[in-house]
Amino acid sequence: MRERPFSDISYNEHLHEEKLMGVRCRQCGAAFVPPRPFCVACYSSDLEWVEMKGRGKLAAFTCVNIPPPFMMAEGYDRKRPYCSGVVELEEGGRVAARIEGVDARKPEKIRIGMPLKVTFIHRGEGPDARTYLAFEPAGDKES
Amino acid sequence: MQKRRKLGRGVAIAGAGMSKFGMFKDRDSKDLFAEAFKEMLSSVDKGVDPKEIDALYLGNFSNDFFVHQAHWGPIISDVIGLYPKPATRTEGACASSALAFREGVFAIASGFYDMVLVGGVEEMSKRTTEEVAEGLALATAPYESRVGFTFPGAFAAVATAYFAKHGATREHLMNVTIKSHNNAPLNPKAQFPMTIRDMMNMKIESAKKKGIPVPAWEDEKAFLRDPAANPSVAWPMHLYDCCPISDGASCILLVAEEIVRNFTDDPIYVAGIGQGSGRSFHDCEDLSSFEATKYAAQEAYGMSGLKPKDIQFSEVHDCFSIAELVHIEDLDFFRPGEGYKAVAEGATRLDGPMPINTSGGLKCKGHPVGATGTSQLYEVWTQLRGKAGKRQVPKKNLRIGAAHNLGGVGGTCTFTILERR
Repeated sequence: MRERPFSDISYNEHLHEEKLMGVRCRQCGAAFVPPRPFCVACYSSDLEWVEMKGRGKLAAFTCVNIPPPFMMAEGYDRKRPYCSGVVELEEGGRVAARIEGVDARKPEKIRIGMPLKVTFIHRGEGPDARTYLAFEPAGDKES
Repeated sequence: MQKRRKLGRGVAIAGAGMSKFGMFKDRDSKDLFAEAFKEMLSSVDKGVDPKEIDALYLGNFSNDFFVHQAHWGPIISDVIGLYPKPATRTEGACASSALAFREGVFAIASGFYDMVLVGGVEEMSKRTTEEVAEGLALATAPYESRVGFTFPGAFAAVATAYFAKHGATREHLMNVTIKSHNNAPLNPKAQFPMTIRDMMNMKIESAKKKGIPVPAWEDEKAFLRDPAANPSVAWPMHLYDCCPISDGASCILLVAEEIVRNFTDDPIYVAGIGQGSGRSFHDCEDLSSFEATKYAAQEAYGMSGLKPKDIQFSEVHDCFSIAELVHIEDLDFFRPGEGYKAVAEGATRLDGPMPINTSGGLKCKGHPVGATGTSQLYEVWTQLRGKAGKRQVPKKNLRIGAAHNLGGVGGTCTFTILERR
């Protein structure tokens, strides 16, 4: 694998390849997901990529009824809301992600702390290709 | 621990003005700032020659987007006849004019200027609701907006984290909304000078006129629970949890403490100012708290030597109902997890022990984002001078009030303490 710069662009390239990648500081051990260009704990630039297992728990969420234009283009609206959330990763740290596989019309059924696993949403083609980080309920049907 | 900070010399408020807030088809940013400026001039007890003003600091978030015009410093300087003196625009999303206030304070405290005008303006209503939502979403963090978080959606997520941590529910958010709406009719400049009960009656009257089934809500909470009356925007944020789209302007005349008595015998002094920066959801310490607010509060309390219990009333940034709940805890008015209980008991009402948002807050007064910071300080200044009319805080010896302003999803927060000596 070619060494990618520790950047947001690289983070998105990794997502496109279905990998959730963060960085770890080789000097002090601090970890960051998404990546940072240098360690803000000790200011070293000696970083390495680490792949996250993609398991975690729901820490916060919303079910959006009034979507922004790019979500409207996917067919979401007042009657068809979607869920976005913040996921606490098993390794520590958090990521913001779309939450799939839950009923966004019944937000009161969605539980903070529910176990989740990573999934990747691919949209568009060629230069318009985008991959969105997403999580979905893990394993046995909880709730 | 923060270093304790102090100003090089004291700064006081000699006058202040605010336009009416609302949605104005026939008035633009220039007209609104002119209205605020004229009121400011007439508020200076002993009068002031505008030619004595040394500089303007103007908060504006995104008129670039909302009315497709940037570079508002000199435009407003032109309107008020200040040219060729310097005009500087400050941007901190919804905290833009609190930053203008802060820069103005520093400019005088440094000894460079003696009299500075600070203020803000925003003109949002010429755009559609969807466009305004897109414009405001420019102030969310990139990692969040790309996975579908809207502006209300981001605060909604904070609400779910707060609920899970402290056991609060949507019902507690309703207490915030009802309280702010009870203050609003007492503020002649408010965009929605109506109580929730007034809103209910209006809808009932309108249904009767149209000959459609007349809704029957037993109380305000029943109205707020009704998805037809109060639909979800980004659960758990519903329509009545969200501030409106607004146009407006506000300004404050800052003067060096040593000369302020040339302009008024009732000056209000800057006792403490603080500002902090926050991080994205993935990186912040606690999803149910705003660290930028805590930092700003620590700075302002430290500078003033005052404690949270010394603050007699406060304006608190309530772009969404949950923001008010979280901030009254982050500002240490209430202990973590106790804020929602205090609001339920009426502690933050106009006649309560700690009145919050006597102006009606952003929810009812309106939130022309760049104008909000100095409009909050306008309210505190008005209250401290005992000139708030029907919404006057009913406390004896009202001496210390504060204003908290937030930009983005807590990316920029300020806390300012004003004092009448």
